[in-house]
Amino acid sequence: MVDLSVNVGGLAMRTPVATASGTFGYGTEYAAATDYSKLGAVTVKGVRMEEWPGNPMPRHCEVFGGLVNAIGLQGPGAAAFAQYHVPHYADAVANPPPLIVNVWGGSIDEYAETAAVLSTPGAGSDKSVHPLVAAIEMNVSCPNVKAGGHTFGQDPKILFEVVKAVRAATKLPLFVKLAPNVPDLRPYVAACEEAGADALSLINTIPAMVIDVDTRKPVLGNATGGLSGRCVHPVAVKCVYDAHRFSKLPILAMGGVYDANDAIELMLAGASAVAVGTATFTDPNAAASVCDGIAAYCERNGFASVRELTGALAQ
Amino acid sequence: MAGTNETCRVLEHFDAAPGYRFMVLEAPKIAATVAAGQFVHVRVPGLEKTALRRPFSVFDGGDGKLTLLYKVVGRGTEALRAAPVGCAVEVLGPLGYGFPSTCGGVPLLVGGGYGVAPLHFLAKTLLANAKPDAPKPILFVGGRTAGDLLALDKFRALGVEVRVATNDGSAGVKGFVVDPLDDELIALREQGRKFELFTCGPDGLLRAVAMRATGTGMKGWISMDRHMVCGVGACFACIQKIKGPNGKVFNARCCVNGPVFKAEDIAW
Repeated sequence: MVDLSVNVGGLAMRTPVATASGTFGYGTEYAAATDYSKLGAVTVKGVRMEEWPGNPMPRHCEVFGGLVNAIGLQGPGAAAFAQYHVPHYADAVANPPPLIVNVWGGSIDEYAETAAVLSTPGAGSDKSVHPLVAAIEMNVSCPNVKAGGHTFGQDPKILFEVVKAVRAATKLPLFVKLAPNVPDLRPYVAACEEAGADALSLINTIPAMVIDVDTRKPVLGNATGGLSGRCVHPVAVKCVYDAHRFSKLPILAMGGVYDANDAIELMLAGASAVAVGTATFTDPNAAASVCDGIAAYCERNGFASVRELTGALAQ
Repeated sequence: MAGTNETCRVLEHFDAAPGYRFMVLEAPKIAATVAAGQFVHVRVPGLEKTALRRPFSVFDGGDGKLTLLYKVVGRGTEALRAAPVGCAVEVLGPLGYGFPSTCGGVPLLVGGGYGVAPLHFLAKTLLANAKPDAPKPILFVGGRTAGDLLALDKFRALGVEVRVATNDGSAGVKGFVVDPLDDELIALREQGRKFELFTCGPDGLLRAVAMRATGTGMKGWISMDRHMVCGVGACFACIQKIKGPNGKVFNARCCVNGPVFKAEDIAW
Protein backbone atom coordinates (compact mmCIF):
# COMPACT_ATOMS: atom_id res chain seq x y z
CA MET A 1 0.00 0.00 0.00
CA VAL A 2 1.58 3.25 -1.16
CA ASP A 3 1.44 6.19 1.25
CA LEU A 4 -0.26 8.89 -0.82
CA SER A 5 -0.39 11.58 1.85
CA VAL A 6 1.57 14.79 1.39
CA ASN A 7 1.96 18.03 3.28
CA VAL A 8 2.35 21.09 1.10
CA GLY A 9 3.40 24.18 3.03
CA GLY A 10 1.34 23.16 6.05
CA LEU A 11 -1.66 21.87 4.08
CA ALA A 12 -2.16 18.19 4.85
CA MET A 13 -3.52 16.33 1.81
CA ARG A 14 -4.62 12.68 1.86
CA THR A 15 -3.58 12.31 -1.77
CA PRO A 16 -1.25 14.44 -3.91
CA VAL A 17 -4.06 15.44 -6.28
CA ALA A 18 -6.16 18.60 -6.04
CA THR A 19 -8.52 20.35 -8.40
CA ALA A 20 -7.38 23.60 -10.00
CA SER A 21 -9.05 26.94 -9.41
CA GLY A 22 -11.73 27.96 -11.88
CA THR A 23 -12.36 24.42 -13.11
CA PHE A 24 -14.22 22.97 -10.14
CA GLY A 25 -16.59 25.77 -9.16
CA TYR A 26 -17.10 25.90 -5.41
CA GLY A 27 -16.53 22.19 -4.98
CA THR A 28 -20.07 20.86 -5.33
CA GLU A 29 -20.89 21.18 -9.02
CA TYR A 30 -19.36 17.83 -9.94
CA ALA A 31 -20.60 16.11 -6.77
CA ALA A 32 -22.42 13.30 -8.59
CA ALA A 33 -19.59 12.59 -11.01
CA THR A 34 -16.42 12.75 -8.89
CA ASP A 35 -14.83 10.37 -6.37
CA TYR A 36 -13.78 12.84 -3.66
CA SER A 37 -11.99 10.15 -1.64
CA LYS A 38 -9.20 10.38 -4.21
CA LEU A 39 -8.82 14.15 -3.87
CA GLY A 40 -6.29 15.69 -1.49
CA ALA A 41 -7.78 19.18 -1.78
CA VAL A 42 -10.32 21.15 -3.76
CA THR A 43 -9.28 24.57 -5.00
CA VAL A 44 -12.28 26.83 -5.50
CA LYS A 45 -12.90 29.63 -7.98
CA GLY A 46 -11.22 32.94 -7.31
CA VAL A 47 -12.79 35.01 -4.52
CA ARG A 48 -12.39 38.74 -3.93
CA MET A 49 -14.02 41.02 -1.32
CA GLU A 50 -16.97 42.14 -3.41
CA GLU A 51 -19.28 40.34 -5.80
CA TRP A 52 -17.80 40.51 -9.30
CA PRO A 53 -19.69 40.08 -12.60
CA GLY A 54 -16.79 38.83 -14.74
CA ASN A 55 -16.24 39.43 -18.45
CA PRO A 56 -18.67 39.77 -21.37
CA MET A 57 -19.46 36.75 -23.54
CA PRO A 58 -17.97 34.85 -25.28
CA ARG A 59 -15.84 33.69 -22.39
CA HIS A 60 -14.06 30.75 -23.91
CA CYS A 61 -12.72 29.33 -27.13
CA GLU A 62 -11.58 25.79 -27.72
CA VAL A 63 -8.23 25.55 -29.53
CA PHE A 64 -6.19 22.54 -30.61
CA GLY A 65 -4.67 21.09 -27.48
CA GLY A 66 -6.34 23.46 -25.11
CA LEU A 67 -8.80 26.11 -24.12
CA VAL A 68 -8.55 29.91 -24.04
CA ASN A 69 -10.74 31.47 -21.40
CA ALA A 70 -11.60 34.95 -20.22
CA ILE A 71 -14.25 34.22 -17.60
CA GLY A 72 -13.08 37.28 -15.69
CA LEU A 73 -13.26 35.85 -12.19
CA GLN A 74 -17.02 36.14 -11.74
CA GLY A 75 -17.77 35.47 -8.10
CA PRO A 76 -20.04 36.14 -5.13
CA GLY A 77 -17.60 38.01 -2.88
CA ALA A 78 -15.76 36.73 0.18
CA ALA A 79 -18.59 37.05 2.71
CA ALA A 80 -21.15 35.24 0.53
CA PHE A 81 -18.59 32.60 -0.28
CA ALA A 82 -17.87 31.98 3.39
CA GLN A 83 -21.51 32.10 4.48
CA TYR A 84 -23.09 30.11 1.68
CA HIS A 85 -20.65 28.19 -0.52
CA VAL A 86 -18.43 26.69 2.18
CA PRO A 87 -21.26 25.27 4.34
CA HIS A 88 -22.97 24.03 1.17
CA TYR A 89 -19.78 22.18 0.22
CA ALA A 90 -19.56 20.69 3.71
CA ASP A 91 -23.15 19.42 3.43
CA ALA A 92 -23.10 18.23 -0.18
CA VAL A 93 -19.85 16.25 -0.20
CA ALA A 94 -19.21 13.15 1.92
CA ASN A 95 -15.77 13.09 3.56
CA PRO A 96 -14.89 16.39 1.87
CA PRO A 97 -11.25 17.22 1.15
CA PRO A 98 -9.95 20.55 2.52
CA LEU A 99 -10.53 23.68 0.48
CA ILE A 100 -7.80 25.85 -0.96
CA VAL A 101 -9.45 29.24 -1.47
CA ASN A 102 -8.11 31.11 -4.48
CA VAL A 103 -8.00 34.83 -3.62
CA TRP A 104 -7.61 37.89 -5.81
CA GLY A 105 -8.14 41.63 -5.61
CA GLY A 106 -7.78 44.95 -7.37
CA SER A 107 -5.43 46.33 -4.72
CA ILE A 108 -3.00 45.08 -2.10
CA ASP A 109 -5.46 46.10 0.61
CA GLU A 110 -8.22 44.06 -0.98
CA TYR A 111 -6.08 40.94 -1.07
CA ALA A 112 -5.29 41.34 2.61
CA GLU A 113 -8.89 42.11 3.51
CA THR A 114 -10.13 39.03 1.66
CA ALA A 115 -7.57 36.81 3.37
CA ALA A 116 -8.64 38.27 6.72
CA VAL A 117 -12.32 37.53 6.03
CA LEU A 118 -11.42 33.90 5.37
CA SER A 119 -9.48 33.78 8.64
CA THR A 120 -11.23 34.22 11.94
CA PRO A 121 -11.61 36.00 14.29
CA GLY A 122 -9.83 38.30 11.87
CA ALA A 123 -6.52 39.46 10.55
CA GLY A 124 -3.52 37.39 11.58
CA SER A 125 -5.52 34.43 12.82
CA ASP A 126 -4.36 30.86 12.33
CA LYS A 127 -7.99 29.70 12.35
CA SER A 128 -10.25 29.89 9.35
CA VAL A 129 -13.85 30.91 8.96
CA HIS A 130 -14.77 27.21 8.53
CA PRO A 131 -12.76 24.08 9.39
CA LEU A 132 -12.73 23.11 5.70
CA VAL A 133 -11.10 26.37 4.62
CA ALA A 134 -7.56 25.08 4.93
CA ALA A 135 -5.34 27.25 2.74
CA ILE A 136 -5.22 30.38 0.63
CA GLU A 137 -3.90 30.51 -2.90
CA MET A 138 -3.17 33.98 -4.25
CA ASN A 139 -3.93 34.65 -7.89
CA VAL A 140 -1.45 37.41 -8.72
CA SER A 141 -2.23 37.46 -12.44
CA CYS A 142 -5.06 39.98 -12.12
CA PRO A 143 -4.72 43.70 -12.80
CA ASN A 144 -3.48 46.09 -10.14
CA VAL A 145 -5.84 49.07 -10.43
CA LYS A 146 -3.23 51.45 -9.00
CA ALA A 147 -0.57 50.33 -11.50
CA GLY A 148 -2.62 50.99 -14.61
CA GLY A 149 -3.72 47.40 -14.94
CA HIS A 150 -0.32 45.73 -14.81
CA THR A 151 -0.69 42.46 -12.96
CA PHE A 152 0.62 42.12 -9.40
CA GLY A 153 2.69 39.16 -10.43
CA GLN A 154 4.57 41.01 -13.17
CA ASP A 155 6.73 43.11 -10.84
CA PRO A 156 8.74 41.28 -8.15
CA LYS A 157 8.59 44.33 -5.82
CA ILE A 158 4.80 44.57 -5.98
CA LEU A 159 4.56 40.80 -5.75
CA PHE A 160 6.60 40.97 -2.53
CA GLU A 161 4.33 43.69 -1.13
CA VAL A 162 1.09 41.90 -1.87
CA VAL A 163 2.29 38.55 -0.52
CA LYS A 164 3.63 40.27 2.61
CA ALA A 165 0.28 41.99 3.18
CA VAL A 166 -1.63 38.71 2.87
CA ARG A 167 0.92 36.95 5.07
CA ALA A 168 0.21 39.53 7.79
CA ALA A 169 -3.54 38.98 7.35
CA THR A 170 -3.58 35.21 7.80
CA LYS A 171 -1.61 32.34 9.28
CA LEU A 172 -3.35 29.80 7.04
CA PRO A 173 -1.02 27.98 4.65
CA LEU A 174 -0.35 30.54 1.92
CA PHE A 175 0.20 29.53 -1.70
CA VAL A 176 1.13 32.01 -4.43
CA LYS A 177 0.10 31.07 -7.96
CA LEU A 178 2.64 32.40 -10.44
CA ALA A 179 2.33 33.09 -14.13
CA PRO A 180 4.74 31.26 -16.42
CA ASN A 181 5.18 34.13 -18.88
CA VAL A 182 8.22 35.79 -17.37
CA PRO A 183 11.75 35.60 -18.75
CA ASP A 184 13.18 34.29 -15.48
CA LEU A 185 11.11 32.94 -12.58
CA ARG A 186 13.86 33.43 -9.99
CA PRO A 187 13.06 36.98 -8.76
CA TYR A 188 9.37 36.10 -8.48
CA VAL A 189 10.01 32.92 -6.52
CA ALA A 190 12.44 34.84 -4.28
CA ALA A 191 9.83 37.57 -3.67
CA CYS A 192 7.29 34.96 -2.54
CA GLU A 193 9.81 33.26 -0.31
CA GLU A 194 10.99 36.49 1.33
CA ALA A 195 7.43 37.71 1.85
CA GLY A 196 6.57 34.58 3.80
CA ALA A 197 4.66 32.38 1.38
CA ASP A 198 4.40 28.73 2.38
CA ALA A 199 4.16 27.24 -1.10
CA LEU A 200 3.98 28.00 -4.82
CA SER A 201 1.24 27.08 -7.26
CA LEU A 202 2.67 26.66 -10.75
CA ILE A 203 1.42 27.55 -13.34
CA ASN A 204 -1.38 29.99 -14.04
CA THR A 205 -2.79 30.15 -17.59
CA ILE A 206 -0.66 31.66 -20.35
CA PRO A 207 -1.93 34.92 -21.96
CA ALA A 208 -3.50 34.09 -25.32
CA MET A 209 -5.81 35.40 -28.02
CA VAL A 210 -7.95 34.00 -30.82
CA ILE A 211 -9.24 36.01 -33.80
CA ASP A 212 -12.20 35.15 -36.03
CA VAL A 213 -10.90 35.87 -39.51
CA ASP A 214 -14.41 36.18 -40.96
CA THR A 215 -15.51 38.95 -38.59
CA ARG A 216 -11.90 40.15 -38.06
CA LYS A 217 -12.77 40.47 -34.39
CA PRO A 218 -11.32 38.78 -31.32
CA VAL A 219 -13.35 35.70 -30.42
CA LEU A 220 -13.39 36.45 -26.69
CA GLY A 221 -15.57 39.23 -25.29
CA ASN A 222 -12.51 40.38 -23.35
CA ALA A 223 -10.36 40.16 -26.52
CA THR A 224 -7.59 38.27 -24.69
CA GLY A 225 -7.63 35.39 -22.23
CA GLY A 226 -5.58 32.61 -20.71
CA LEU A 227 -4.53 29.35 -22.33
CA SER A 228 -4.85 26.07 -20.43
CA GLY A 229 -5.04 22.39 -21.30
CA ARG A 230 -2.71 19.77 -22.70
CA CYS A 231 -0.58 22.20 -24.69
CA VAL A 232 0.66 24.08 -21.61
CA HIS A 233 1.93 20.97 -19.82
CA PRO A 234 5.59 21.10 -20.92
CA VAL A 235 5.67 24.78 -19.93
CA ALA A 236 4.49 23.80 -16.45
CA VAL A 237 7.11 21.07 -16.18
CA LYS A 238 9.87 23.58 -17.00
CA CYS A 239 8.57 26.16 -14.50
CA VAL A 240 8.34 23.58 -11.73
CA TYR A 241 11.81 22.28 -12.57
CA ASP A 242 13.24 25.81 -12.36
CA ALA A 243 11.40 26.82 -9.19
CA HIS A 244 12.38 23.61 -7.41
CA ARG A 245 16.04 24.28 -8.13
CA PHE A 246 15.90 27.91 -6.98
CA SER A 247 13.79 27.54 -3.87
CA LYS A 248 12.84 25.30 -0.98
CA LEU A 249 9.17 26.31 -1.21
CA PRO A 250 7.00 23.25 -1.87
CA ILE A 251 5.11 23.31 -5.15
CA LEU A 252 1.52 22.50 -6.08
CA ALA A 253 1.81 22.01 -9.84
CA MET A 254 -0.91 22.45 -12.45
CA GLY A 255 -0.96 22.87 -16.21
CA GLY A 256 -2.27 20.28 -18.62
CA VAL A 257 -2.55 17.39 -16.18
CA TYR A 258 -4.78 14.85 -17.93
CA ASP A 259 -3.35 11.57 -16.70
CA ALA A 260 -0.97 10.13 -14.12
CA ASN A 261 1.98 10.43 -16.49
CA ASP A 262 1.48 14.19 -16.69
CA ALA A 263 1.27 14.40 -12.90
CA ILE A 264 4.34 12.23 -12.28
CA GLU A 265 6.39 14.37 -14.68
CA LEU A 266 5.54 17.43 -12.61
CA MET A 267 6.40 15.63 -9.37
CA LEU A 268 9.72 14.41 -10.73
CA ALA A 269 10.44 18.01 -11.76
CA GLY A 270 9.89 19.06 -8.15
CA ALA A 271 6.20 19.29 -7.30
CA SER A 272 4.90 17.94 -3.99
CA ALA A 273 1.35 17.70 -5.32
CA VAL A 274 -0.56 18.39 -8.53
CA ALA A 275 -3.87 19.95 -9.50
CA VAL A 276 -6.11 18.82 -12.35
CA GLY A 277 -7.92 21.60 -14.19
CA THR A 278 -9.09 21.72 -17.79
CA ALA A 279 -9.09 17.90 -18.02
CA THR A 280 -12.04 17.82 -15.60
CA PHE A 281 -14.23 19.54 -18.19
CA THR A 282 -13.96 16.48 -20.40
CA ASP A 283 -13.71 13.86 -17.68
CA PRO A 284 -15.30 14.89 -14.36
CA ASN A 285 -13.41 12.08 -12.65
CA ALA A 286 -10.02 12.98 -14.17
CA ALA A 287 -8.43 13.98 -10.87
CA ALA A 288 -9.43 10.71 -9.22
CA SER A 289 -8.04 8.73 -12.17
CA VAL A 290 -4.77 10.67 -11.91
CA CYS A 291 -4.59 9.70 -8.24
CA ASP A 292 -5.10 6.01 -9.04
CA GLY A 293 -2.44 6.18 -11.74
CA ILE A 294 0.11 7.79 -9.41
CA ALA A 295 -0.48 5.05 -6.82
CA ALA A 296 -0.03 2.35 -9.48
CA TYR A 297 3.19 3.99 -10.69
CA CYS A 298 4.61 4.09 -7.16
CA GLU A 299 3.67 0.46 -6.62
CA ARG A 300 5.28 -0.60 -9.91
CA ASN A 301 8.46 1.32 -9.27
CA GLY A 302 8.92 0.51 -5.59
CA PHE A 303 8.15 3.91 -4.07
CA ALA A 304 6.66 3.37 -0.60
CA SER A 305 5.51 6.99 -0.43
CA VAL A 306 4.43 9.37 -3.13
CA ARG A 307 6.63 11.95 -1.38
CA GLU A 308 9.66 10.13 -2.79
CA LEU A 309 8.70 11.29 -6.28
CA THR A 310 9.27 14.98 -5.57
CA GLY A 311 12.34 16.12 -7.46
CA ALA A 312 13.40 12.51 -8.06
CA LEU A 313 14.78 13.08 -11.54
CA ALA A 314 17.42 10.48 -12.35
CA GLN A 315 20.88 12.03 -12.25
CA MET B 1 -28.95 19.31 -10.68
CA ALA B 2 -25.57 17.68 -11.02
CA GLY B 3 -25.80 14.89 -13.54
CA THR B 4 -24.27 11.45 -13.53
CA ASN B 5 -21.65 10.38 -16.02
CA GLU B 6 -23.06 7.37 -17.84
CA THR B 7 -21.34 5.24 -20.45
CA CYS B 8 -24.02 4.80 -23.11
CA ARG B 9 -24.25 2.66 -26.22
CA VAL B 10 -25.25 4.07 -29.59
CA LEU B 11 -28.38 2.17 -30.67
CA GLU B 12 -29.20 4.15 -33.81
CA HIS B 13 -27.48 7.00 -35.63
CA PHE B 14 -28.90 8.39 -38.85
CA ASP B 15 -29.57 11.54 -40.85
CA ALA B 16 -32.59 13.64 -39.88
CA ALA B 17 -31.93 15.78 -42.98
CA PRO B 18 -28.70 16.62 -44.81
CA GLY B 19 -26.35 18.02 -42.15
CA TYR B 20 -28.55 16.99 -39.23
CA ARG B 21 -28.39 13.72 -37.29
CA PHE B 22 -30.45 11.68 -34.87
CA MET B 23 -28.54 9.69 -32.26
CA VAL B 24 -30.37 7.18 -30.09
CA LEU B 25 -28.47 6.11 -26.97
CA GLU B 26 -29.04 3.34 -24.46
CA ALA B 27 -28.89 5.43 -21.29
CA PRO B 28 -30.96 3.82 -18.52
CA LYS B 29 -29.73 6.07 -15.68
CA ILE B 30 -30.13 9.40 -17.45
CA ALA B 31 -33.33 8.41 -19.26
CA ALA B 32 -34.93 7.50 -15.92
CA THR B 33 -34.90 11.11 -14.70
CA VAL B 34 -34.47 13.38 -17.74
CA ALA B 35 -37.14 16.05 -18.26
CA ALA B 36 -38.04 18.08 -21.34
CA GLY B 37 -35.70 21.04 -21.84
CA GLN B 38 -32.81 19.52 -19.92
CA PHE B 39 -29.63 18.74 -21.80
CA VAL B 40 -26.77 16.25 -21.77
CA HIS B 41 -23.03 16.84 -22.12
CA VAL B 42 -21.45 14.38 -24.55
CA ARG B 43 -17.82 13.31 -24.65
CA VAL B 44 -17.15 13.07 -28.37
CA PRO B 45 -16.08 9.58 -29.53
CA GLY B 46 -12.73 9.85 -31.27
CA LEU B 47 -11.97 13.19 -29.61
CA GLU B 48 -12.14 11.94 -26.00
CA LYS B 49 -8.69 13.28 -25.23
CA THR B 50 -8.60 16.37 -27.39
CA ALA B 51 -11.94 18.14 -27.30
CA LEU B 52 -14.33 19.57 -24.77
CA ARG B 53 -17.68 17.90 -24.37
CA ARG B 54 -20.59 19.08 -26.50
CA PRO B 55 -23.99 19.95 -25.01
CA PHE B 56 -27.16 18.68 -26.71
CA SER B 57 -30.85 19.07 -26.00
CA VAL B 58 -32.83 15.90 -25.56
CA PHE B 59 -35.24 15.23 -28.42
CA ASP B 60 -36.83 12.29 -26.63
CA GLY B 61 -36.21 10.45 -23.38
CA GLY B 62 -37.67 7.47 -21.59
CA ASP B 63 -37.76 3.66 -21.75
CA GLY B 64 -34.03 3.59 -21.03
CA LYS B 65 -33.22 5.59 -24.14
CA LEU B 66 -32.21 9.12 -25.05
CA THR B 67 -32.62 10.59 -28.52
CA LEU B 68 -30.51 13.57 -29.55
CA LEU B 69 -31.02 15.69 -32.66
CA TYR B 70 -27.99 17.71 -33.67
CA LYS B 71 -26.57 19.78 -36.48
CA VAL B 72 -23.10 19.08 -37.81
CA VAL B 73 -21.43 22.45 -37.35
CA GLY B 74 -17.79 21.97 -36.42
CA ARG B 75 -14.98 19.74 -35.24
CA GLY B 76 -16.92 18.12 -32.41
CA THR B 77 -20.10 17.32 -34.30
CA GLU B 78 -18.07 16.26 -37.38
CA ALA B 79 -16.39 13.64 -35.22
CA LEU B 80 -19.65 12.70 -33.50
CA ARG B 81 -21.23 12.13 -36.91
CA ALA B 82 -18.83 9.20 -37.44
CA ALA B 83 -19.74 7.37 -34.21
CA PRO B 84 -20.92 3.91 -35.31
CA VAL B 85 -23.91 2.04 -33.91
CA GLY B 86 -22.72 -0.02 -30.95
CA CYS B 87 -19.96 2.34 -29.89
CA ALA B 88 -19.70 3.66 -26.34
CA VAL B 89 -20.32 7.33 -25.60
CA GLU B 90 -19.83 9.01 -22.22
CA VAL B 91 -22.81 11.20 -21.42
CA LEU B 92 -23.13 13.52 -18.42
CA GLY B 93 -26.71 14.28 -17.52
CA PRO B 94 -29.44 15.12 -17.17
CA LEU B 95 -28.34 18.72 -16.69
CA GLY B 96 -30.01 22.08 -16.06
CA TYR B 97 -33.57 23.22 -15.54
CA GLY B 98 -35.96 22.38 -18.34
CA PHE B 99 -39.48 23.41 -19.34
CA PRO B 100 -42.49 23.06 -17.02
CA SER B 101 -44.28 19.76 -17.55
CA THR B 102 -47.78 21.27 -17.76
CA CYS B 103 -49.29 24.28 -19.51
CA GLY B 104 -52.06 26.64 -18.42
CA GLY B 105 -53.48 27.48 -21.84
CA VAL B 106 -52.76 26.73 -25.47
CA PRO B 107 -49.14 25.49 -25.69
CA LEU B 108 -47.43 27.43 -28.49
CA LEU B 109 -44.06 25.87 -29.31
CA VAL B 110 -41.73 27.98 -31.44
CA GLY B 111 -38.62 26.42 -32.90
CA GLY B 112 -35.87 27.64 -35.18
CA GLY B 113 -33.83 24.99 -37.02
CA TYR B 114 -32.55 22.30 -34.69
CA GLY B 115 -34.15 24.26 -31.85
CA VAL B 116 -37.13 21.94 -32.36
CA ALA B 117 -35.16 19.22 -30.50
CA PRO B 118 -36.25 19.99 -26.92
CA LEU B 119 -39.71 21.05 -28.13
CA HIS B 120 -40.43 17.50 -29.29
CA PHE B 121 -39.76 16.08 -25.83
CA LEU B 122 -41.78 18.98 -24.41
CA ALA B 123 -44.78 18.29 -26.70
CA LYS B 124 -44.73 14.65 -25.66
CA THR B 125 -44.54 15.61 -21.98
CA LEU B 126 -47.33 18.20 -22.18
CA LEU B 127 -49.59 15.76 -24.02
CA ALA B 128 -48.92 13.05 -21.46
CA ASN B 129 -49.80 15.38 -18.58
CA ALA B 130 -52.74 17.23 -20.18
CA LYS B 131 -56.39 16.72 -19.29
CA PRO B 132 -58.42 15.12 -22.10
CA ASP B 133 -60.10 18.40 -23.09
CA ALA B 134 -56.90 20.51 -22.93
CA PRO B 135 -55.79 22.24 -26.14
CA LYS B 136 -53.07 20.40 -28.02
CA PRO B 137 -49.68 22.01 -28.63
CA ILE B 138 -49.12 23.87 -31.89
CA LEU B 139 -45.59 23.91 -33.30
CA PHE B 140 -44.41 26.98 -35.19
CA VAL B 141 -41.21 26.12 -36.94
CA GLY B 142 -38.87 28.19 -39.04
CA GLY B 143 -35.74 27.68 -41.08
CA ARG B 144 -33.78 29.29 -43.86
CA THR B 145 -35.02 26.67 -46.32
CA ALA B 146 -37.14 23.53 -46.34
CA GLY B 147 -33.95 21.54 -45.65
CA ASP B 148 -33.70 23.11 -42.17
CA LEU B 149 -37.13 21.84 -41.10
CA LEU B 150 -36.58 18.79 -38.97
CA ALA B 151 -38.64 15.92 -37.62
CA LEU B 152 -42.00 17.48 -38.53
CA ASP B 153 -43.40 13.98 -39.09
CA LYS B 154 -42.53 13.10 -35.51
CA PHE B 155 -44.43 16.13 -34.18
CA ARG B 156 -47.42 15.32 -36.37
CA ALA B 157 -47.31 11.71 -35.15
CA LEU B 158 -47.82 13.06 -31.62
CA GLY B 159 -50.91 14.94 -32.81
CA VAL B 160 -49.19 18.32 -32.84
CA GLU B 161 -50.34 20.80 -35.47
CA VAL B 162 -47.31 22.17 -37.37
CA ARG B 163 -47.13 25.62 -38.99
CA VAL B 164 -44.10 26.37 -41.11
CA ALA B 165 -42.22 29.44 -42.32
CA THR B 166 -39.03 29.53 -44.36
CA ASN B 167 -36.96 32.56 -45.29
CA ASP B 168 -36.85 31.53 -48.95
CA GLY B 169 -40.43 30.31 -49.15
CA SER B 170 -39.38 26.77 -50.06
CA ALA B 171 -41.85 25.45 -47.45
CA GLY B 172 -44.76 27.03 -45.61
CA VAL B 173 -45.15 30.78 -45.62
CA LYS B 174 -42.28 32.92 -46.88
CA GLY B 175 -40.82 34.93 -44.02
CA PHE B 176 -40.07 34.31 -40.39
CA VAL B 177 -41.59 31.89 -37.93
CA VAL B 178 -43.01 34.78 -35.91
CA ASP B 179 -45.30 35.62 -38.88
CA PRO B 180 -47.59 32.59 -38.47
CA LEU B 181 -47.12 32.90 -34.72
CA ASP B 182 -48.43 36.45 -34.72
CA ASP B 183 -51.49 35.35 -36.73
CA GLU B 184 -52.24 32.80 -34.02
CA LEU B 185 -51.63 35.30 -31.20
CA ILE B 186 -54.14 37.69 -32.78
CA ALA B 187 -56.68 34.87 -33.17
CA LEU B 188 -56.22 33.75 -29.56
CA ARG B 189 -56.61 37.33 -28.32
CA GLU B 190 -59.84 37.69 -30.26
CA GLN B 191 -61.07 34.45 -28.71
CA GLY B 192 -59.89 35.62 -25.27
CA ARG B 193 -57.88 32.44 -24.77
CA LYS B 194 -54.80 32.00 -22.62
CA PHE B 195 -51.60 30.52 -23.99
CA GLU B 196 -47.99 29.88 -23.03
CA LEU B 197 -44.97 30.24 -25.30
CA PHE B 198 -42.11 27.75 -25.34
CA THR B 199 -39.13 28.38 -27.60
CA CYS B 200 -35.68 27.22 -28.59
CA GLY B 201 -33.54 28.48 -31.47
CA PRO B 202 -31.22 31.33 -32.39
CA ASP B 203 -31.06 34.30 -29.99
CA GLY B 204 -32.96 36.63 -32.34
CA LEU B 205 -35.93 34.27 -32.36
CA LEU B 206 -35.76 33.75 -28.61
CA ARG B 207 -35.87 37.47 -28.04
CA ALA B 208 -38.77 37.94 -30.44
CA VAL B 209 -40.76 35.23 -28.67
CA ALA B 210 -39.85 36.54 -25.21
CA MET B 211 -41.10 40.01 -26.24
CA ARG B 212 -44.41 38.49 -27.31
CA ALA B 213 -44.75 36.73 -23.96
CA THR B 214 -43.98 39.80 -21.87
CA GLY B 215 -46.00 42.03 -24.22
CA THR B 216 -49.14 39.89 -23.88
CA GLY B 217 -48.64 39.12 -20.19
CA MET B 218 -48.56 35.40 -20.93
CA LYS B 219 -45.94 32.97 -19.72
CA GLY B 220 -42.89 32.45 -21.93
CA TRP B 221 -40.26 29.75 -21.50
CA ILE B 222 -37.02 30.46 -23.31
CA SER B 223 -34.36 27.79 -23.87
CA MET B 224 -30.95 29.40 -24.43
CA ASP B 225 -28.43 27.73 -26.74
CA ARG B 226 -24.88 28.43 -25.57
CA HIS B 227 -21.44 27.00 -26.14
CA MET B 228 -20.51 25.38 -22.86
CA VAL B 229 -17.37 24.13 -21.16
CA CYS B 230 -18.21 22.19 -18.00
CA GLY B 231 -22.01 21.93 -18.32
CA VAL B 232 -22.46 21.77 -14.54
CA GLY B 233 -21.90 25.32 -13.30
CA ALA B 234 -18.23 25.01 -12.42
CA CYS B 235 -16.64 27.29 -15.01
CA PHE B 236 -19.03 30.22 -15.61
CA ALA B 237 -18.48 30.24 -19.39
CA CYS B 238 -22.13 30.14 -20.55
CA ILE B 239 -23.68 33.18 -18.94
CA GLN B 240 -26.84 35.12 -19.68
CA LYS B 241 -27.91 38.35 -17.98
CA ILE B 242 -30.92 37.54 -15.81
CA LYS B 243 -33.05 39.69 -13.50
CA GLY B 244 -32.80 38.20 -10.03
CA PRO B 245 -35.63 38.07 -7.46
CA ASN B 246 -34.47 41.41 -6.03
CA GLY B 247 -34.56 43.00 -9.49
CA LYS B 248 -30.79 43.05 -9.70
CA VAL B 249 -29.35 41.82 -13.00
CA PHE B 250 -26.72 39.10 -12.64
CA ASN B 251 -24.73 36.78 -14.88
CA ALA B 252 -26.63 33.50 -14.62
CA ARG B 253 -25.13 30.28 -15.90
CA CYS B 254 -27.22 28.79 -18.70
CA CYS B 255 -26.10 25.28 -17.72
CA VAL B 256 -27.34 25.30 -14.11
CA ASN B 257 -29.69 28.28 -13.83
CA GLY B 258 -31.14 27.43 -17.24
CA PRO B 259 -31.02 26.52 -20.06
CA VAL B 260 -34.74 27.35 -19.83
CA PHE B 261 -35.50 30.79 -18.36
CA LYS B 262 -38.73 32.70 -17.85
CA ALA B 263 -39.20 35.31 -20.59
CA GLU B 264 -39.62 38.16 -18.11
CA ASP B 265 -36.39 37.29 -16.28
CA ILE B 266 -34.08 37.69 -19.26
CA ALA B 267 -32.20 40.99 -19.46
CA TRP B 268 -31.50 41.23 -23.18
